[in-house]
Amino acid sequence: MDLHEVQSHLHEWLQEAAVAFQKVPGSAVLIRYVRSSYQNDPVRSAIELVLFIFFIRYLLSPSYSTSKQNYVKFTEAEIDELVEEWTPEPLVAAPTAQAEADLEKVPVIVGPTGPKSRLANGKTVTNLASYNFYNFNANEQIKEKAIQTLRVYGVGPCGPPNFYATQDVHMKLEADIASYLGTEGCIIYAHAFSTITSVIPTFCKRGDIIVADRGVNYSIRRGIEVSRSTIKWYNHNDLEDLERVMRKIVQEQAGKKLTRRFIVTEGLFEMTGDMNDLPKLLELKEKYKFRIILDESSSFGVLGRTGRGLTEAQNVDPTQVDMIVGSLAGPLCAGGGFCAGSRAMVEHQRITSTAYTFSAALPAMLAVTASESLNLLQSNPEILQQCRENIRLMRAQLDPRSDWVTCTSAPENPVMILVLKPEVVKARRLSIEDQERLLQECVDEALANGVLITKLKCAPVSNHTSIKDGVWTVTPALKVCVSSGLSKKDVEKAGVTIRHAVTKVMTRKTNNKLNLPAA
Amino acid sequence: MPQSEKAGERRPSQSKGNRLAGFFSSKSKEQQAASALQTSQLHQTPSPLVPGPSPPLPTISLSAATTGELQSDEAPTTLFEPPSADEARSQERRDAEFGPLLSRSHLYVSAHKGGSLDPPIEDEPPYYYVLTTYLSYLFLIFFGHAKDFFAKRFGAKKNYQTFTASNGFAPLCDDFDSFYIRRLKMRLDDCFARPTTGVPGRYVTLIDRKSENYNRSYKFTGTYTQTLNVSSYNYLGFAQSEGPCADAVEECVRKYGLSFASPRLDSGTSDLVQEVEREVAQFVGKPAAMVFSMGFVTNSGTFPALVSKGCLILSDELNHASIRVGARLSGAVIRSFKHNNMADLEEKLREAISQGQPRTHRPWKKILVAVEGLYSMEGTLVDLPGILALKKKYKFFLYVDEAHSIGALGPRGRGVCDYFGIDPAEVDILMGTLTKSFGANGGYVAAEKHIIDGLRMTNAAMLLGESPTPSVLMQILAALRVITGEMAPGQGEERLQRLAFNSRYLRLGLKRLGFIVYGHDDSPIIPILLYNPGKMSAFSHEMLKRKISVVIVGYPATPLITSRVRLCISAAHNKEDMDRILTACDEIGDILQLKFSTGIAGGQEPLPEGVTADTEKEWRRANGLEGVVKPPRWRLEDVIARGVQDTKEPLR
Ligand SMILES: Cc1ncc(COP(=O)(O)O)c(C=O)c1O
Repeated sequence: MDLHEVQSHLHEWLQEAAVAFQKVPGSAVLIRYVRSSYQNDPVRSAIELVLFIFFIRYLLSPSYSTSKQNYVKFTEAEIDELVEEWTPEPLVAAPTAQAEADLEKVPVIVGPTGPKSRLANGKTVTNLASYNFYNFNANEQIKEKAIQTLRVYGVGPCGPPNFYATQDVHMKLEADIASYLGTEGCIIYAHAFSTITSVIPTFCKRGDIIVADRGVNYSIRRGIEVSRSTIKWYNHNDLEDLERVMRKIVQEQAGKKLTRRFIVTEGLFEMTGDMNDLPKLLELKEKYKFRIILDESSSFGVLGRTGRGLTEAQNVDPTQVDMIVGSLAGPLCAGGGFCAGSRAMVEHQRITSTAYTFSAALPAMLAVTASESLNLLQSNPEILQQCRENIRLMRAQLDPRSDWVTCTSAPENPVMILVLKPEVVKARRLSIEDQERLLQECVDEALANGVLITKLKCAPVSNHTSIKDGVWTVTPALKVCVSSGLSKKDVEKAGVTIRHAVTKVMTRKTNNKLNLPAA
Repeated sequence: MPQSEKAGERRPSQSKGNRLAGFFSSKSKEQQAASALQTSQLHQTPSPLVPGPSPPLPTISLSAATTGELQSDEAPTTLFEPPSADEARSQERRDAEFGPLLSRSHLYVSAHKGGSLDPPIEDEPPYYYVLTTYLSYLFLIFFGHAKDFFAKRFGAKKNYQTFTASNGFAPLCDDFDSFYIRRLKMRLDDCFARPTTGVPGRYVTLIDRKSENYNRSYKFTGTYTQTLNVSSYNYLGFAQSEGPCADAVEECVRKYGLSFASPRLDSGTSDLVQEVEREVAQFVGKPAAMVFSMGFVTNSGTFPALVSKGCLILSDELNHASIRVGARLSGAVIRSFKHNNMADLEEKLREAISQGQPRTHRPWKKILVAVEGLYSMEGTLVDLPGILALKKKYKFFLYVDEAHSIGALGPRGRGVCDYFGIDPAEVDILMGTLTKSFGANGGYVAAEKHIIDGLRMTNAAMLLGESPTPSVLMQILAALRVITGEMAPGQGEERLQRLAFNSRYLRLGLKRLGFIVYGHDDSPIIPILLYNPGKMSAFSHEMLKRKISVVIVGYPATPLITSRVRLCISAAHNKEDMDRILTACDEIGDILQLKFSTGIAGGQEPLPEGVTADTEKEWRRANGLEGVVKPPRWRLEDVIARGVQDTKEPLR
């Protein structure tokens, strides 16, 4: 093939291409445009061409070019083979023997829950495992109100609050709680456990900073995790350590864009039962410009003269606490949770808090129950007194008298968290599992003697990643919940039973391979 | 040359909304969804008008709530003797919660007709509407920013507290969030969170309010409006204050009290909750189940108990927020696939299994595919047969959230498996909520016994969350028994069939009137597309004028342009109610120019005498009608006249 042939072929092709090009609608305009601009300025055409090519490249480039860096190319057959070979793990691992045994032992109550409850095995026991501190569950007046509500509203509100399920009873409850606590506003959630989990990520976003107590409960941990904020921990209930952490943050952040900063902690700690020092917290918060989210799930309806919680107990203006989160499902015998604070803060949650906007509203009956319980607490503070008296009696039977366990709860806390004494643990070299096992035996022994108590559920918290750094561990514990519904005699008797059960378990031959502690 | 062709092809393939939508949001998907438009703010002025726990039910006569035209064909609720005033009043109240069935012909059994599930055809409006929608948003944004510019300098401080830094504290919410709330959402705010009282049954009573400061706060006017309720998830009409369920609940409260006041594993496990778990398991066709006191936490607590680091969750892009929160908490890698798109799911599966985990290329420990049975914003059903075919090959685990489908679908109301005639054993985890069809609260998870036993000890919501209250448990139990026919025999079946009939009847009618509606034919959720943001509040207000309460949904809960109004049909409605909705929609459709369907998604003229669906093709060929689709614009009278009959045929 000589040069001439090539040239003529090329010419033919060009000719064909030109004809084909002319058939494309609009091509004439383009040609005219290129010609005229070429005559005037060939450089311009060249630049335009480059721009045009760049534009097309831009359009065609995948929008995510970074994620495929590590991509291995396979043929379809290879993929089929890999699919064939892949075997997943079982969806849920078979429960361990321990878990199965624990499941077997879950007490089943027949009929209503109360200070005395009947179990499925027919025995009636003293129930010290429920949050029914004031026995509102048996209150006829509240029951009657709940039934009246049922006869007007039915049970479920059949929709999320933002779609026609905000009922007047919800608004009333919100107003009731706000005025009880003394805050500007309040928002009701349908589930206490999910309340703070949803509140935290509503305000804390990526880039914000959360400082939290190492001992906080699992709901808070979940909320922190969902929020994707930067998290700093301080030692459990150590406000000096908190100050150290806060000071460091402020130093680090100096000169940077202002981010939201939060302290997240509890009023009465669910895992340890002890109490926070709110005045000191507030002082720190103001000093370092943090907002504070206080979880009062265990202290609302419990602390203070009329049960308003930590703010009342420590004589603090509740408007100084940015957000107070509490539960209506415990001693109030209703359901759901709430977050109280300034109006702007509440309104923001109504729009963006996931557990509020994407979940059904609280049943009207439960909202009315909560309003009624609050009303009762407010007008009869002696109920609280009676409960505290029982706590004192119970504590006297356990804490100072037992050689084996000690109570870490605050004196006013009806939930008594009993841990094995550190010296016992040390002397017998008890691992966490050993402690869990021993305490379960104590629970079983107490139940055999007619007293229902329970063990602290540590697993979710102790499996939580932030715990695994080893700085703080959850200590297995017994949980004894005192009720005002029991007579003095009953309380004392139950206390003795528990104490004896613990002693019996701890001195059992099988459990006592090592030396007794010096008693 | 080929390049420019490619570029030409490229353009239409971009989905119309997404590029632009991307500009408006600088947020992750979750956050967008979290700040959903369908949510609202209620600047509640504590008002003495809010009645106490037992407010007087407003007595608004039913006929006043019915549009005039329809009164002529109102069925005579003949009673042989003229009822006493008391009886009449209580009958009226009963009817307001659950409408009387007007004819036995208004029933239909919902079931899949076999084969795989075709995706519903999505119609598109003329370009004019797309363009004006974008323009509306541009205007809103432009004016919003202009107003902010001045307001930040001259406006009243207290209105801007939340988004300006003050006193050394960073603003409480981000600029985008607050801009969106103040400048877009505020304009529609009065359509959301309208306070109600009483039972959200067939009718719902709104507490009237008005705003004098552009929705920044509201005042109660002291009056009430009883409206037809097409907004609650009351699919089977169990929102009732009387009848077998309410009676059972009352008795239960007297016996059990108000609460178990304890998490399940402390002392919150009662004989009652065990019974409910047994019956729920039996109902959905699984060996075991557990119940929770909230549907949201059922999802957000169960995912972390099922999967963890080293696992993959493949989640439908339109899955509910609770699934997303749960997935995020689990620590597993999350990827999403296109809504109900089996080809995309397969591609994602092939890629995931062949590539293994990111960076390390280790094989995945497990892959969990999470879908919903019935999607609450789209009205689409999951393509369960399609997914199960993939499951056989790719060995993933399947999690189906039946929040909306349990009770609402299937000839026996047992959800999507029942609807498709599939053995529930083929799905690994069946989750559902008890908030909707059952008129109670909470959620359940049902699976093999060893799975449930394993989950009981690892699911944090079970260990630490409050247990359901006796009242809620009894409502679940009673509703279940009514559905299965154990209690009030016949009633459950009738409820299921009424729901199926109503849903199909209304859907067909709306299509024939010329509306664009989304979703599958048997779905009780019917979204009507509005597009322009201004039409959202207009539609809601027009409906309210006609005493019908509807839910409007817009960006960011939906893509930017597909704002919609969502109708949730209930068994408590009857045909008269459906006709009332059709009448209202017909009028409003004309006022707001909403009838723009092209006919590809249905609403066609009926076939002539002698031609059936099978012979339609031939008939079209013979008459030269192949590929001809006429935009349906039926007259209302014709829609109503033919509705009952055509509802029972395959919808066309
Ligand atoms: C798919 C889906 N899952 C879960 C939920 C949450 O249920 P609940 O309202 O009972 O919290 C919903 C409710 O809207 C839902 O649509």
